[in-house]
Amino acid sequence: MGFIISYLLNLDSNFMKLDEILSRPSLDAFFGRDDYGRSILVRLIEGFKNSTEIIIVVSIISCTFGVLIGTISGYLGGKFDRAVSFVINLFMSFPGILLAIAFAAMLSPGKYNLILALSIGGWVGYARLSRGQTLLVKNYDFVKASRAMGASGWWVIGRHILPSLTTPLLVEATYALAGLIIAEASLSFLGLGLQAPEASWGGMMRDSVRYLLVSPHYAIFVGISIMSIVYCINSTGDYLHRYWNIKSDQNASS
Amino acid sequence: MLNKIIFIIFQILGIYTITFMLLHFIPGDPIQVMLGDSASIADQDKLRSHLGLDKPILNQLTSSLFKIVQGDFGTSIIGQTPVLNSLVIAAKNTYLLAITSLLIALIFGLAGGIIAAKNHMLLIDKIIMSASIFFISIPHFFLGPLLIIIFSIWLGWLPVNGMDGLHAIILPAITLALGMIAVITKLTRNCMLELIESDVVRTARAKGLNEWAVLIQHTFRLVLIPIISIIGMQFGSLLSGAVITETIFSWNGLGMLLVESIQTRDYPITQACIFIIAISYILINMITDLIYRFVDPRVKVEKFA
Repeated sequence: MGFIISYLLNLDSNFMKLDEILSRPSLDAFFGRDDYGRSILVRLIEGFKNSTEIIIVVSIISCTFGVLIGTISGYLGGKFDRAVSFVINLFMSFPGILLAIAFAAMLSPGKYNLILALSIGGWVGYARLSRGQTLLVKNYDFVKASRAMGASGWWVIGRHILPSLTTPLLVEATYALAGLIIAEASLSFLGLGLQAPEASWGGMMRDSVRYLLVSPHYAIFVGISIMSIVYCINSTGDYLHRYWNIKSDQNASS
Repeated sequence: MLNKIIFIIFQILGIYTITFMLLHFIPGDPIQVMLGDSASIADQDKLRSHLGLDKPILNQLTSSLFKIVQGDFGTSIIGQTPVLNSLVIAAKNTYLLAITSLLIALIFGLAGGIIAAKNHMLLIDKIIMSASIFFISIPHFFLGPLLIIIFSIWLGWLPVNGMDGLHAIILPAITLALGMIAVITKLTRNCMLELIESDVVRTARAKGLNEWAVLIQHTFRLVLIPIISIIGMQFGSLLSGAVITETIFSWNGLGMLLVESIQTRDYPITQACIFIIAISYILINMITDLIYRFVDPRVKVEKFA
């Protein structure tokens, strides 16, 4: 169901032409108007477009980078693996979005720096997952047979390990997606992400907090939108998790 | 055991390196990032020597490390006061908030989980579980303002923000706690359901104990074990959630200090905050790990076997 809602919203944002008019805040447009008179609904949709763009790029970068490092490290083992594990652990010592905040703080605010900061925070999850899976699959009989027959490392990774990764990866990606939406919104909320006048859900949240006394509808609509999307994505993730009956992360120690 | 400690030391060093090298990881001159392009060369040089950035990197890292061990985190660029002072006050406030939230979360989470498990499949159980999923999805920056709207603006019961008075801690603590309550409730309920089916409870009932003793004295203590193990991770999201929540409620903690220092580009404070938050996280994780080893009776048996 989450997919359907997301898809619908996507269609909408492609059709609408975005006009930002200056007028007093009131309850004219469907969700009301913000402090500059722009229709909140329209801005929410444009914000969704922006966020989706950022999130997809970040996901692709973190996923590629993370999976690459994770599988190679798991496959090679030895000192390289120990070093990489240490680095992964290191990155995981920074709770939540702290790392993303740190990097976003150092770089000047903007879309591409936001993408960079979120990717730096994001790749570890994928790396840890791929490494765990790789260690698991590495010891399966069919892999050993393959190697006994002379298959090269790359072949084994490509044909045996990577396909076994796809389902848990997809589930992880779903949860990561929800986390990214919140992360991007949080960063923009703190002023570290997308800047005005670009529409961003976090930025809208921040602006809306200033007008809580006067027009709480601003904050409420933005908040409910964010919450619904996150809830839909999480539900989709839960559903996929149960559908594919993913075993929980087995961190095999080498 | 010793291995673990050495590992943690390396971790701390690693965190230190990342945190204090942040300025250097970014492309471009850190001084220019701090002062902006329009600053004069003289100002840039002054800041550079003040921060010691004109010395070779290894030098910077080691001298900073020595200073930190002595408690010197440098001086704030804006306030010209030692970073340590603001850090200590902020840390106290954040820990106060964190511990309060944790306590609230534990009380309500455990209670909720037990009630849900006891009334498995009845209406109460379903309500509690749906509420859990609901509260996990609410981001802090929405829950905070929402609570403010309801309790401060409409009902006028609690102050909007700030730190004066005992009530001031309630809203931010609830904001942080709600997500954790949901997680703890889910976990408690699932664990209790498993245990109720298991031998432990059957033995207790066979012994003829009344329902209360069975539930609380035996099952509950076992349920605490996995709870302890997730407290570590929950503390992490507590800390990162605190950044947003403290900003919303103007709670003078590490989170708010961090955000303010970023906005004023006061990098010594920024780095110190990030460092302290990360260190707190892994230290708490280490402590919960130790407690877990003590508390889990299966581990104790292994040791004596």
